Amino acid sequence: MNSAKQPRGSTGAGRRRPARPGGPLLWFLGRRLVAAALLCVGITLVAFVLTQLVPGDPAAANLGQRAIGDPEVVAAFRAKYGLDQPVPVQYLTYIGNVLQGNFGLSQQSHRPVAQDLAEYVPATIELALFAIVLSLLVGVALGVVAAVNRDRWPDQVLRVVSLGGVSMPTFWVALVAFYLLFFKFGLLPGGGRLDPGMSPPPYATGFYTLDAALAGQWDVLSSAAGHLVLPSLVLAVYTVGMLMRFTRASVLEILGNDYVRAARAKGLPERVVILRHVLRPAMVAIITVAGVAFGSLLSGAVLVENIFSWPGLGQYAYRSAVNLDLPGIMGVSIVVAAVYILINLLVDLLYGVIDPRIRLT
Amino acid sequence: MGALLEVEDLTVWLATRRGPRMAVDGLSFQVDSGEIFGIAGESGSGKTMTAMALLGLLPHAARTSGRAMFEGRDLLAMRPRQLRDVRGRRIAMVSQDPSTSLHPMLSIETQLTEHMRHHLGLSRSAARGRAVELLDTVRIPDPERALGAHPAQFSGGMRQRIAIAVALACEPRLLLADEPTTALDVTVQAGILRLLHRLRAERDLAVVVITHDLGVMSAVADRICVMYGGRTAEVGPRERVLTRPRHPYTRGLLDALPHPEGGAATLRPIPGSPPSLGEVPAGCPFHPRCGYAVPDCRTGRPAPVLVGPGHAAACPPDPLEGDA
Repeated sequence: MNSAKQPRGSTGAGRRRPARPGGPLLWFLGRRLVAAALLCVGITLVAFVLTQLVPGDPAAANLGQRAIGDPEVVAAFRAKYGLDQPVPVQYLTYIGNVLQGNFGLSQQSHRPVAQDLAEYVPATIELALFAIVLSLLVGVALGVVAAVNRDRWPDQVLRVVSLGGVSMPTFWVALVAFYLLFFKFGLLPGGGRLDPGMSPPPYATGFYTLDAALAGQWDVLSSAAGHLVLPSLVLAVYTVGMLMRFTRASVLEILGNDYVRAARAKGLPERVVILRHVLRPAMVAIITVAGVAFGSLLSGAVLVENIFSWPGLGQYAYRSAVNLDLPGIMGVSIVVAAVYILINLLVDLLYGVIDPRIRLT
Repeated sequence: MGALLEVEDLTVWLATRRGPRMAVDGLSFQVDSGEIFGIAGESGSGKTMTAMALLGLLPHAARTSGRAMFEGRDLLAMRPRQLRDVRGRRIAMVSQDPSTSLHPMLSIETQLTEHMRHHLGLSRSAARGRAVELLDTVRIPDPERALGAHPAQFSGGMRQRIAIAVALACEPRLLLADEPTTALDVTVQAGILRLLHRLRAERDLAVVVITHDLGVMSAVADRICVMYGGRTAEVGPRERVLTRPRHPYTRGLLDALPHPEGGAATLRPIPGSPPSLGEVPAGCPFHPRCGYAVPDCRTGRPAPVLVGPGHAAACPPDPLEGDA
């Protein structure tokens, strides 16, 4: 109560840094984008070196038994894919191509990797986005309920729920959900992105729901959305549990602040106190965790996509890896890295939206 | 003029790990409209808990008994919903540290207008207009621009002025100011105290100033209540309490204040330390530290007795008689 005087910040104008052209936000964005580009180059290098170190010959992995015995065929294969060049040359060629949107030819699908990625990446992103939005809605809401009812029965029940969510293995949840909701009760469609026999909407973004809405194909939209529910539910089980626990802890911490007591002393309804005065500062911690959770959704997708025959990046990555399809592996690595970087950038920008003090410095 | 707030036998129990402990023990006082009433005491004497009890903002699982009549209604018996209509509207609060009591992420405009819009049903633009007037009242330069700013952009003194503007927004009848100047520089303190004085005069506002600082008290309060161990030690008009204290604790507090002419030699600390929560001794709570204690002080529980016009002290031995 009678705490000693602490040094306070200096007044107004004195502490502001000199203005930069374009304002602090553009400056911040610029810095982050440059860093992101450098990071991407670094990741390609690491991925490239790692694929070089993998014991295994792409020619052996991709040519048939007969062809591998024929030196001419092997040489032709190696020449076709540039494998006869020195490694640094291979890398520079690759980077040059990537900058032009050319990720090379997949040795496994015999199509340009860029084309494969354009098809598979949106499927996974659509799934992960659905799952993260679902997780945020459910996880944050339940976390707030738990914190507000601290140590009373809703909190006790939710504690068990969140513990269950984070401790059940995804593959097990996937199988149980598949069995119950699809096989046993037929509540939700099972595998794939659309009902059998339905053709995908015209390609604009690769997100079937969005593309169908853009094209006005409402039956396709409803089918695509229905197919998203089961796999995104399964993916969300873990992140809901995680977000619930972080939300609870974060809200409890904020609730102890003077400004919350001040908000109550103003006679505001509890709903306003929680949503405006408590949840907003709590969101700083929550979106940090959500950013990390989105990354875990992408890796969780490998498993879930296989169980729900979801033609996404997870399946593609798996097939590329077992076939030692170097251009495929590289393409997947770069895309995943870029997604991570984008998510981090988004989280950083959201900090600024939530907390004006970040915008001001 | 009748009493605006009449607290009778207020008792507050706080939940601790070892069960309920009494933080405020049978406190009674009254505050008239337009009066500045000071509650003084060391940390843990129950000052802040008294204010929190009046607003229904006590920590989890705390209990109260007694009555606190405000405008004819008992604050302690109100339902949460009724209490919410009183909070911010009829009784407002200013707390110690404006750097923690203002929300760091919400604009000044939001913090100044949200309760006006809720309690008074004002439109956005009407509330904004009043917010500008309020900032002007508390002497914030360039109020229009200040509305778009955030607390971090202001100095401590300015923040406390803004916090006072927030408290005044719905024209309350009573302002509870809990250590309103403790976190501020001395030069800034004077400005805040002058502001409270002016507002009281302009708005017929009653103010309860809670502080451990008798210097602040002597500057603003009309009447002073000195608390010790959750009870009233002495209550009365400022002049009488500060110049003719009748309770040894009040005398001790005054002796512990530095005097400009005196130097360090005149400072006399009170021996011992105030009782912690739930460990208030039997009898007079001050007797272990009191130089005038007699055996009766250990058993009897002294009630405040009138020692002068409007001046009561909870100390029957009256050891200081003839002293002052």
